[in-house]
Amino acid sequence: MKSAILATIHSDAHSWNLIYFQLLLEEMGFAVENLGVCTPPQLVAQQLRNQRPELVVISTVNGHGYLEGIALGETLRSVNETSLLVIGGKLSTNGICTKAQEASLLGAGFHKVFHQQTSIDDFRAFLETHDVYQEVSGL
Amino acid sequence: MQRGFHDYIAENRDQLIFQPRMGFGCTQQMRTGLEAVKRLPFATIGTITLDSFTRMGRFSDAQNAINQGHALNGYPLGAYSGTTNRELIADIKSPSFPIQVRHGSPLPYPVFEKLVEMGIDATEGGPVSYCLPYGRVPLEDSINAWRKATQLWALQRQGNYLPHLESFGGCMMGQLSPPELLVALSVLECIFFQHHGVFSVSLSYAQGTNLVQDYAALRAMNRIATRLLEPESWHMVLYTYMGLFPKTEAGARQLIADSARLARLGGCRRLIVKTVKEAHCIPTIDDNINALYLAYETHCGPITPDESFLEWEAQIHARATRIIHTVLELAKEPGEAILKAFRLGYLDVPWCLHPDNRQLARTTLAPDGSVLWANTGQVPLEGLLDTRESESASPTSSKLLTHLSWLQQRYDKTAKPAAISSVMGGL
Repeated sequence: MKSAILATIHSDAHSWNLIYFQLLLEEMGFAVENLGVCTPPQLVAQQLRNQRPELVVISTVNGHGYLEGIALGETLRSVNETSLLVIGGKLSTNGICTKAQEASLLGAGFHKVFHQQTSIDDFRAFLETHDVYQEVSGL
Repeated sequence: MQRGFHDYIAENRDQLIFQPRMGFGCTQQMRTGLEAVKRLPFATIGTITLDSFTRMGRFSDAQNAINQGHALNGYPLGAYSGTTNRELIADIKSPSFPIQVRHGSPLPYPVFEKLVEMGIDATEGGPVSYCLPYGRVPLEDSINAWRKATQLWALQRQGNYLPHLESFGGCMMGQLSPPELLVALSVLECIFFQHHGVFSVSLSYAQGTNLVQDYAALRAMNRIATRLLEPESWHMVLYTYMGLFPKTEAGARQLIADSARLARLGGCRRLIVKTVKEAHCIPTIDDNINALYLAYETHCGPITPDESFLEWEAQIHARATRIIHTVLELAKEPGEAILKAFRLGYLDVPWCLHPDNRQLARTTLAPDGSVLWANTGQVPLEGLLDTRESESASPTSSKLLTHLSWLQQRYDKTAKPAAISSVMGGL
């Protein structure tokens, strides 16, 4: 079974988004480790190092996703270069993620940035274009 | 003799008291907000909600934000001097206008010290309700911290001037929580407060997704509190729905009006009101004033729960009683009992991701909007589930999204523009 780590940024106490993604990823065939709200970056890094999951999803809706996501992406990328790393949600306080911000997050190590204009179908489609989901759904 | 929050509740026995959820970083704006609420021509209580740095005890971060001119999402009482805090409420807080400070601290001792210094006599929270939903502070640490803070609060009693503490236990997760669990947590936290010397307490309950179920829950909570808490020590407070709020003004107004009617009919003494802007942005002072008017002007309107409430009341009463007694039997001291109960999964808040929550329990929504258990985990409800529940499955991801927005969509679709035209008078 493919595995996924689900987490958020350190300052974000919202949980329904994480609960939703846990169910969604489980339905897609992943064994999900949901690290819960206000996830310490060190905890995500540690789990990433130990478990080497196929996928890491950072879901955040408190508007600080861009601010805290850069350092988080750099940290995670430095401990594991093989896992697929994505971030999404409401990434800035006004809900808009600019091209420049998106580029910075990609530069920090994320493979894909999902912001408010994108939908769950995009998320699903992205995973499908990567073998991570094809293999899962082909089981 | 000093008269405070507790006396005000006792004196206004025959009317519902209205309270906003209001907090500003700027002292002047906070003051203006409190004054505007005080001027309202009906029974109100002022609210000071603290910002999220202060809630986490990060007073210096709040201080830095203020120094750099950043707006905060609440009042940073730790960033201001005791003098500034006392001056904020000096001419406003009075026997006819009490003020409650609301925060959200799992480790609340530093906040309580500031409240004492400031001369505040009413606040809220609880070792479970201010810990589990908002972070990852270990429950044991929160219980220890709340024990100390409650004991400090109890020392503020001066004769008949009684410090007040409200349990936020009836508001866990904002939506999709089973009513009996909300009732049980509110009661357990109030028992914890009274065990540690705070006499004057209140039990919260957040409006859910079915008015009849909520009405039944309030009646059940009333009966249980009457039996388990000190006489004349407690009252109930209702929160307008805390989940996804209607996006349309008509829908939001209808929901606020329903919450006001529910509060009155259910025997609550206070209503914490939301605003029509809730789905869109942080409400202004005017938004709050308008919402308080709306709630006041609609709270006596008709609301007729069908007779099924009696059956639900019996069910919620039996379940909450079972949960409370199972927990209290685990230890002499209620905090220790609560901690053991979470470890054993006897208390398990559905959908809550806190590391100390067992996360076995799940809920779902019935077609009529009532909350049902889909999985009780280790919560001691053997023999008390109904057939709908034993047959219901835990929701899928898409079903969960539907459940989370169920009430929002229902009110946005069906609300008729309210007939009350005078409520938008504002200041």
